Amino acid sequence: MTLDCDVVVVGAGIVGAACALRLAERGEAVVVVDRASPAGGATAAGMGHIVVMDGSEAQLDLTVSSRALWREHVGSMPDAVEYDPCGTLWIATDEEELATAEVKREVLRARGVEADLLTAAAVAEAEPGLCGGLAGGLRVPGDAVVYQPGATRWLLQRAVQAGAQLRPPVAVERVGDGRVALRDGTTLRARHVVVAAGGQTAALLETRALDDAIRPRKGHLAITSRAPGTCRHQLVELGYGRSAHGHAAESVAFNLQPRRTGQVLVGSSRQYGATDASVEPGVLGRMLRRAVALMPALAHLLIVRTWAGFRPATSDGLPLVGPLPHDPTVVLAAGHEGLGITTSMGTAALVEAIIHGAPSSVALAPFAPARAMAGGVGA
Amino acid sequence: MPDHICIRVDGVEHRVGAGTSVAAALWNAGVRAFRVSPSGAPRAPACGMGTCFECRVTIDGRPDTLSCQTPCREGMEVRTAHEA
Repeated sequence: MTLDCDVVVVGAGIVGAACALRLAERGEAVVVVDRASPAGGATAAGMGHIVVMDGSEAQLDLTVSSRALWREHVGSMPDAVEYDPCGTLWIATDEEELATAEVKREVLRARGVEADLLTAAAVAEAEPGLCGGLAGGLRVPGDAVVYQPGATRWLLQRAVQAGAQLRPPVAVERVGDGRVALRDGTTLRARHVVVAAGGQTAALLETRALDDAIRPRKGHLAITSRAPGTCRHQLVELGYGRSAHGHAAESVAFNLQPRRTGQVLVGSSRQYGATDASVEPGVLGRMLRRAVALMPALAHLLIVRTWAGFRPATSDGLPLVGPLPHDPTVVLAAGHEGLGITTSMGTAALVEAIIHGAPSSVALAPFAPARAMAGGVGA
Repeated sequence: MPDHICIRVDGVEHRVGAGTSVAAALWNAGVRAFRVSPSGAPRAPACGMGTCFECRVTIDGRPDTLSCQTPCREGMEVRTAHEA
């Protein structure tokens, strides 16, 4: 049978783009397909974090390695990526959160990640717009933010320069056994198919065993008018971990990102069970009240846009990266929830290692899709 | 209520009909760059109903005010991208 290419990448979000680039640079003939324009799904639904997260050992492995891969491109990324090495400032609102910050510092330092405890006075000096009465903070200076649609386009452009083909938008109907059936009636044949289709991933597979593995988790965002200097770091409350990794039906947490324009991107909310991406005033209001409570300076700014979208969440907070047990031609790279901007780079490295049977510096096992399959492996 | 009121746009006095929105007054005065985008492109109202946020100007010293949602008042000082 004649193959159309070596690898079809389904999904032109940031994860698919990073995989396409890595594989194309390795010499694979890569075709990228997506039902819509690049970066239109989960990629656009989140914030532009390049951040180390320690929700689990595997998450720490993947975010540390991913952040290092991003940092290899500092100086060579075009302006459109808007890479801003602003660092993350984790905010401790009380002594309990300060204790959490101390533990986090040790965990990060053990991995060689620079992290500094800040007194309340040092936090106030670093971010004068924050409220008083904070307990302190933890600064992670190596973290950054990007404008993720710009970053995705940059990755795709480089993939195309390396020989990849980006197809015009076309819906994908079914993936399996080295084939990708497109709605226009054509079928692409490849040695491997990388499915980086976020929340749509399971529906494209022949197996139904992963249908509940990736749940759409709705998130709201808002962006202010331009007010340079309002927010100098990515700001996150240490309680964010409870929100991000807990499974409450609805939660909000303080998370701000400075944009190069001087605007402030305001998050975050998380909801299970929502079915449409409309902005909900109640959730948005709670999110904004939390933001203004911790940064009163925001109250003087205009919110110029609000929107909501879906991030693909797994039950253990780790993406599904690896071959399907019953069909190793299909390699998943999906379910990154809000961390896909950071972990796109590390995911691409995992996918390359999987496809080439090469050693990986990050352990593959915690990401294997089999863990999330209903009825166990091979069901 | 008088038929006409006076506002100042970028330092120049304009006579406008009472009840006119600031956006309409600016447009009638020939203003096409209400504000500028981060890349320097001129911006002007697209929706006229407070949704697009493209009509923002500085009114009586207050930046980022929606001109389409603000009625003209006597003596109002409006600053557009012309002065930005």
